[in-house]
Amino acid sequence: MIHSLFLVNASGDIFLEKHWKSVVSRSVCDYFFEAQERATEPENVPPVIPTPHHYLISVLRHRIYFVAVIQSEVPPLFVIEFLHRVVDTFQDYFGVCTEAAIKDNVVVVYELLEEMLDNGFPLATESNILKELIKPPTILRTMVNTITGSTNVGEQLPTGQLSVVPWRRTGVKYTNNEAYFDVVEEIDAIIDKSGSTITAEIQGVIDACVKLTGMPDLTLSFMNPRLLDDVSFHPCVRFKRWEAERILSFIPPDGNFRLLSYHVSSQNLVAIPVYVKHNITFREGSSQGRFDLTLGPKQTMGKAVESVLVSSQLPRGVLNTNLNPSQGTYTFDPVTKLLTWDVGKINPQKLPSLKGSMSLQAGASKPDENPTINIQFKIQQMAISGLKVNRLDMYGEKYKPFKGIKYMTKAGKFQVRT
Amino acid sequence: MTDSKYFTTTKKGEIFELKAELNSDKKEKKKEAVKKVIASMTVGKDVSALFPDVVNCMQTDNLELKKLVYLYLMNYAKSQPDMAIMAVNTFVKDCEDPNPLIRALAVRTMGCIRVDKITEYLCEPLRKCLKDEDPYVRKTAAVCVAKLHDINAQLVEDQGFLDTLKDLISDSNPMVVANAVAALSEIAESHPNSNLLDLNPQSINKLLTALNECTEWGQIFILDCLANYTPRDDRESQSICERVTPRLSHANSAVVLSAVKVLMKFMEMLPKDLDYYGTLLKKLAPPLVTLLSAEPELQYVALRNINLIVQKRPEILKHEMKVFFVKYNDPIYVKLEKLDIMIRLASQANIAQVLAELKEYATEVDVDFVRKAVRAIGRCAIKVEQSAERCVSTLLDLIQTKVNYVVQEAIVVIKDIFRKYPNKYESVIATLCENLDSLDEPEARAAMIWIVGEYAERIDNADELLESFLEGFHDESTQVQLQLLTAIVKLFLKKPTETQELVQQVLSLATQDSDNPDLRDRGYIYWRLLSTDPVAAKEVVLAEKPLISEETDLIEPTLLEELICHIGTLASVYHKPPSAFVEGSRGVQHKRLPARAGSGESAESPDTVSTGGVSEAPPAVIPSQGDLLGDLLNLDLTPPTTTGPPPPTSSMQMGAMDLLGGGLDSLLGGDIGGSPAMGASFGAPPAVMPGSFNAPVSGGLSDLFDLGGGVGMPMGAYVPPKTVWLPAMKAKGLEISGTFARRSGVVQMEMTLTNKAMSVMGDFAIQFNRNSFGLAPAGPLQVLTPFTPNQSIEVTLPLNTVGPVMKMEPLNNLQVAVKNNIDVFYFSCQYPISMLFVEDGKMERQVFLATWKDIPNDNESQFQIKDCHLNSDAASNKLQGSNIFTIAKRTVDGQDMLYQSMKLTNGIWILAELKVQAGNPNYTISLKCRAPEVAQSVFQSYEAVLKN
Repeated sequence: MIHSLFLVNASGDIFLEKHWKSVVSRSVCDYFFEAQERATEPENVPPVIPTPHHYLISVLRHRIYFVAVIQSEVPPLFVIEFLHRVVDTFQDYFGVCTEAAIKDNVVVVYELLEEMLDNGFPLATESNILKELIKPPTILRTMVNTITGSTNVGEQLPTGQLSVVPWRRTGVKYTNNEAYFDVVEEIDAIIDKSGSTITAEIQGVIDACVKLTGMPDLTLSFMNPRLLDDVSFHPCVRFKRWEAERILSFIPPDGNFRLLSYHVSSQNLVAIPVYVKHNITFREGSSQGRFDLTLGPKQTMGKAVESVLVSSQLPRGVLNTNLNPSQGTYTFDPVTKLLTWDVGKINPQKLPSLKGSMSLQAGASKPDENPTINIQFKIQQMAISGLKVNRLDMYGEKYKPFKGIKYMTKAGKFQVRT
Repeated sequence: MTDSKYFTTTKKGEIFELKAELNSDKKEKKKEAVKKVIASMTVGKDVSALFPDVVNCMQTDNLELKKLVYLYLMNYAKSQPDMAIMAVNTFVKDCEDPNPLIRALAVRTMGCIRVDKITEYLCEPLRKCLKDEDPYVRKTAAVCVAKLHDINAQLVEDQGFLDTLKDLISDSNPMVVANAVAALSEIAESHPNSNLLDLNPQSINKLLTALNECTEWGQIFILDCLANYTPRDDRESQSICERVTPRLSHANSAVVLSAVKVLMKFMEMLPKDLDYYGTLLKKLAPPLVTLLSAEPELQYVALRNINLIVQKRPEILKHEMKVFFVKYNDPIYVKLEKLDIMIRLASQANIAQVLAELKEYATEVDVDFVRKAVRAIGRCAIKVEQSAERCVSTLLDLIQTKVNYVVQEAIVVIKDIFRKYPNKYESVIATLCENLDSLDEPEARAAMIWIVGEYAERIDNADELLESFLEGFHDESTQVQLQLLTAIVKLFLKKPTETQELVQQVLSLATQDSDNPDLRDRGYIYWRLLSTDPVAAKEVVLAEKPLISEETDLIEPTLLEELICHIGTLASVYHKPPSAFVEGSRGVQHKRLPARAGSGESAESPDTVSTGGVSEAPPAVIPSQGDLLGDLLNLDLTPPTTTGPPPPTSSMQMGAMDLLGGGLDSLLGGDIGGSPAMGASFGAPPAVMPGSFNAPVSGGLSDLFDLGGGVGMPMGAYVPPKTVWLPAMKAKGLEISGTFARRSGVVQMEMTLTNKAMSVMGDFAIQFNRNSFGLAPAGPLQVLTPFTPNQSIEVTLPLNTVGPVMKMEPLNNLQVAVKNNIDVFYFSCQYPISMLFVEDGKMERQVFLATWKDIPNDNESQFQIKDCHLNSDAASNKLQGSNIFTIAKRTVDGQDMLYQSMKLTNGIWILAELKVQAGNPNYTISLKCRAPEVAQSVFQSYEAVLKN
């Protein structure tokens, strides 16, 4: 199982190490550094690196490499999932997961890691349970602890740890009982030069914030559950019921959690909410290039496309750009050659455009590669797949909760080739 | 107020100061001090000197302080074993604490203190905790057994903890079950042969119940454990699958992949016509696709596994091509894997889309990725025949871009395309030649030279082109040198008049000025060939090459099957069997990713296969060169002092054998008279060599020499005894008995004609009816006349296979008409199909693998050969005599598996797998062939050959 964990920052320093079995010398990370050096970009470091006696499995999040050391045959996905869980837990506890935050809370970090793994076996990874074992640091608690000498480690066995519903603690009480659900969909798409869709798929999640007293039992039903043929559930969802009736029935964890994630595959028709008209050309022999980009909405069911951000990695030969946005602001970084254009909201009456010229290195030949355009956007109050929640019911408790559902569509990896 | 303050004290007296604080009376100060100690520890500072002081803080009611001290203890107990004993009492006491959290914490920490002395004290508390009333304590104790086993395995066995652990599999609490399974799995890993995890249907049921209720991590342990179970029948297999399927919808990708593993394995047992089988196949696709939308690291592992899954069951993902399209900001390791899978999924249906994508990728920035994309286009051309034309034109477009590395890759793959579709796309050669100057990578240069040599007759200035390469001969890499040598020899054979000078130049460069044994040897062989027998040389060097296979990079089927059983593990990421990991984690170096499978296909020089059959043509010696060569060879080959056999490491011999295979005897045979020294040195080895290869020479060498070593022990082809075909009764006194044989590559009908009539016979003629393989007499039936009464004569009739074809029943039936001066007689006979096995029926290993996979399973037929007492090597030799070639041999559990190939005169390949178990006279043979009708006859031939 997992032997040790090293945290490595962007400059290649190990700033934290934790061993669950015998101590592994940090020199083992040299193999990781070698791989890091070879990789051109930080994210290109291969996730599994063999060394003579160990294997290093790493994930990169928040510009920190979490490098796990294993010695025997262990499912790599198991390790990677666990590492992501560690990051999520840190984020949950400290708000951000940065080197500074980790150093600021090093003792809590250590306590958490010790609670999460025992001898390399995962012990408690549910945020609910962890929070009962180790209280998250808050300013108030730190002060109280300093004055009273009490601790931020729970004295009691976490209640959820062994029950049939390990994700929920007992004795939850709220004055305002509320249950909110966010349906968030991300479109991953590749659009080719001519504007036709090469591949498009939707990754959707339903995130919930449930603050209900007692042991509520919820059911959530959809208008069109047929859309959900590829789903991953939170363990709380009763799978049998879903199989039989296409209804989500569950006792929710307390607080924020991801109820389910789903995937609407490329075989279904996916609506593409924006289009791009582009004309990026370099002429042979001249040191000038033309840049012309126009955005427009399509298939948005009348909803506004907001927070639009266009970015593109221009060819290396481009020295500078002289562009004119019809709205928003644009920047071009002559070092990284990254062009970003913060468009804002798309007004269907007056389509935003970015036009102008690019100057190339004098005498350099026409660049070979065509820049890809990356687009981010948000559409409120719409799930692009058409998924709609029908109703939410609560059983097992007497009170009437506040209920709410929000929909949102975002661009995931939305790329337009030129 | 944050913990970062603990890092800031870097004064000199730090340790001293901490010591004082640790011994302070104030609880709060103590705790702060311990925190500082821990903080120093985490960044790797040595604070072991504070051991006694920290341990003193252990006796406290404050849980946080206790935990911190425990953390410290775990880290430093190893270096201070004597001091660690001081802590034992507290541990033992804590194990009795009313609070289960503290009991669990104590037993957990004790297990982490890797000090022998402490483990003795641990046994009693651990035994109690394993039976604790609180499941939280039990599950912690279960893991503790694994820890203890790691420190002192004997102790764990002696104390009977393993049995207690096994009992915990039936615990009422699912978490306890999961942890017990995890602990047992880990222990079992160090005892590969133990029966710790012997599962029976009852325990399987327990596990499946626990599976639904335990944590995600527990589910992984249980699923991995389930995957080791072998269900008794398909019914049980199906019921397990049904209960595992819901795990495919789990949010944790490791759970999903472990579930996929269980399903992929148990699916094997389900009958294919079962409805459920189809349902299951459909259910597998969505979770695999979903894995690809996760974080890149997860994607990578998932892709490596999908790579295995699509090889095993391409039908699962055949409609999901699009999800493997590359996004430009995918990390490079994801891009490369996606590309690989795209090619595996490419088919006629989606090839247009794939090609469009690949062309797009070929204009990206990342060089490695672009190269691989170009290669992928070539692989598509080879895989999907219908797309070849389009692929070639795409490649030409790419060559027009003049981007250096794109051009070079394109040329390398075009070479492969030529090898797959000879004489089809030669029109592009002109374009390729334009780019000759820009090639600077050895592989591309070698490929280009190969093309020039291969098509020398169509390239007007081939000699100039090759000559230009020759100028810097010694600066080229070996690959290019070898290729250049071969290409010029080819050129010489095609245009002997203009290029004599060139060929002499290259031969002398290769043989005299080079230090590379491979190059020198190849040079000598060509030289010798050319000087002894240009006709033979032509046949060797310009022999028709076997087409390259469509998928040379497939994983070997048995390995694939093993890997499928290990989906989700490191083995599946590296595509290596786990045996390379379990022990291999110590000692064996795994410094880099195994070479990508794709690179193997063109690394293999096209010429190693160009050595098909050498036939005996009349020698036409070029005297001047021959003399020179004879001298050179003598020098090189005869060790000045030895009389015994030359050491088998002599590179000359190996090169020779590799290159010439079976042709060696004939080639050398002619020469022995001429140079006695040579004869002596070569005459000896064949007798000795087989013995010396078998034992010590491993891997590479046995590859070179092939199995059975065609050199030393040729066995004649099997000839069935003559049988009476036409009794005298029926043919007015003419009796014909006969048989069929294959001698020196010619099929013959050998007959004994007996005149039992009273008169002289004459005017013989023979004719065949149309038959399955187009057998026809190659000449007239020559019977010495007068054929007097009571005379018997032997007649040999050579046959060819160019006659009219009609399928017969049975397949090997032949209807013959014989005419003489009396009448026309008809009879039918059956010939052994083995006589139609041609001499070049030996498939390349890679091709064999791919073909075996490629032929649908329905075409496979199995037979039993009873009462055969040969061992596998003898059998292999015997079969080889009849042109049934053993390509590879594997030994699994005392059972030898021979992989064999043969080719019929009409070009049909038959692949066979012969299983020979020592001591068991019954062989099992599986035959695979695109024309399954031949199987029965082939089997009969096997039986006949093996039993005679």
